[in-house]
Amino acid sequence: MEYEKLIAPAAAAMRPSGIRKFFDLAAEMPECISLGVGEPDFKTPWAIREAGIDSLEHGRTRYTSNAGLKELRVEICRYLKRRFELDYDPLHEVLVTVGGSEAIDMCVRALVSPGDEVIIPEPCFVCYEPITTLSGGVPVHLPCRLEDEFRLNAEALRQAITPRTKLLILPFPNNPTGAVLEREDLEAIAEVLRGTNVIVLSDEIYSELTYGANRHISIASLPGMKERTVVVNGFSKSYAMTGWRLGYACGPAPIIQIMTKIHQSAIMSAPTTSQYAAIVALKECDKEIEQMRDEYNMRRRLVVKGFNDLGLTCFEPKGAFYAFPCIQSTGMTSQEFCTRLLEQKHVALVPGDAFGDSGEGYCRVSYAYSVEHLKEALKRIGEFLQEIGAPCAEQ
Amino acid sequence: MEQLLKILENNARLPVEDIAAMLGKSPAEVSAMMDLARAQGLIKGYKTLVDWEKAGVDRVEAVIELHVSPKKSRGFDEIANTIASFDEVESVLLMSGGYDLQLVIKGKTFQEIALFVAKRLSPLDDVLSTATHFVLRTYKREGKLYQMDEIDERELL
Repeated sequence: MEYEKLIAPAAAAMRPSGIRKFFDLAAEMPECISLGVGEPDFKTPWAIREAGIDSLEHGRTRYTSNAGLKELRVEICRYLKRRFELDYDPLHEVLVTVGGSEAIDMCVRALVSPGDEVIIPEPCFVCYEPITTLSGGVPVHLPCRLEDEFRLNAEALRQAITPRTKLLILPFPNNPTGAVLEREDLEAIAEVLRGTNVIVLSDEIYSELTYGANRHISIASLPGMKERTVVVNGFSKSYAMTGWRLGYACGPAPIIQIMTKIHQSAIMSAPTTSQYAAIVALKECDKEIEQMRDEYNMRRRLVVKGFNDLGLTCFEPKGAFYAFPCIQSTGMTSQEFCTRLLEQKHVALVPGDAFGDSGEGYCRVSYAYSVEHLKEALKRIGEFLQEIGAPCAEQ
Repeated sequence: MEQLLKILENNARLPVEDIAAMLGKSPAEVSAMMDLARAQGLIKGYKTLVDWEKAGVDRVEAVIELHVSPKKSRGFDEIANTIASFDEVESVLLMSGGYDLQLVIKGKTFQEIALFVAKRLSPLDDVLSTATHFVLRTYKREGKLYQMDEIDERELL
């Protein structure tokens, strides 16, 4: 069989994840300590796990309705109202999905036709571009800069919009930079979008993990934006439920309806056990979110100070659980830096260019690790900088 | 202050500089807070979790359930404080439920603990009865696993 000829060209052309390549390298290092993962180190709070077990004990092992359990959709709407001042109708404006990832996929599939442009701010999580190209969409990369603290610049956005622009991906709080958008940033972006036909896919999966003075604000809560926004969120990061694979999308009924239709054919329904567990998460676990956020915040400060002390300047990330230090002072590329660090000191970071060209010169550091683990990694990175004779390293 | 106490409860040996970074304060501020917490009695002391079984040192530990008769004016305080003043006694807790006080006793041998119960504890006027349970093995203590390692099952990246 000539498989290469059989594979659909659009699938063959999908850009592989830059993280994956590095993972294979790291997996061969026995002593490797990683600051690479993109998932919480906490276990799912016990009340949530218990609710999952309970649902199994009661034999709730069948499909749910395509859009998800009604009770869960109602709780999602209450939660979004309580936390982010968003108003959604649980019957027509919510779709429960297999993680936030599926919600992104469904949204792009529902909206993007061949030739449509999708504006993707970078650096960003690796999934948006391949999903776009699979639909025949054209990714338009919009670099975010350190000068703007990696926030999306409204003026740059205005210039990127063309008559073919269908969708703007808005991935904040951001993986990998940890950047957040404040109200004035969102206002400026909203002002550019009002009166256009551009839909916003607002990926708010890290919405509970913000550390600044202000809580996360959803662009859909701004005047005139709900009608042009699909909010994607989920349980993975806020409730440490990555393995449960549960997320959701909320948006205008006509879009959610089409997404539900695709979801019905492609997925059927999100995992039933996870849905029952998630109801308890939304009802009872605000406190647990807070505890995890406090813990991340302490690690965040430790890591940011650690890198700045080492001379690898690190702007203050106010969201998610990543720091994004600049490694340009070493004179190396991101790939070189991370590869040599891995080989010489067995510490795995993710090179910034894995998240788009504008990530070059940086690397992503996850602080979803214990303080002891973080300190050991920082120590080794310090030794590495000395060995390579990097300027401005301490001591 | 609560955050500081949580950090110390989890790892008392973290350098002041690290704690300061974690709290967004200066090392001097954190030192002052620690002194204050100590002075106010919020911090009772610092100890080390030792796996004595692994260290090959014989240690015997027992949990003792006590029924006592509370005093009209002072409740359980008098007898609890009396027992707490014995050096052999590691902890004294007033409990809800089936008994009144729970003690944890550590000694070198079974006999040493048995003698302590027979000669010092049981004869006390207010002690009505004792039930001694010897610890056979420690699996977890103060949140740390003793018989297996914590494994990070996440992918590397």
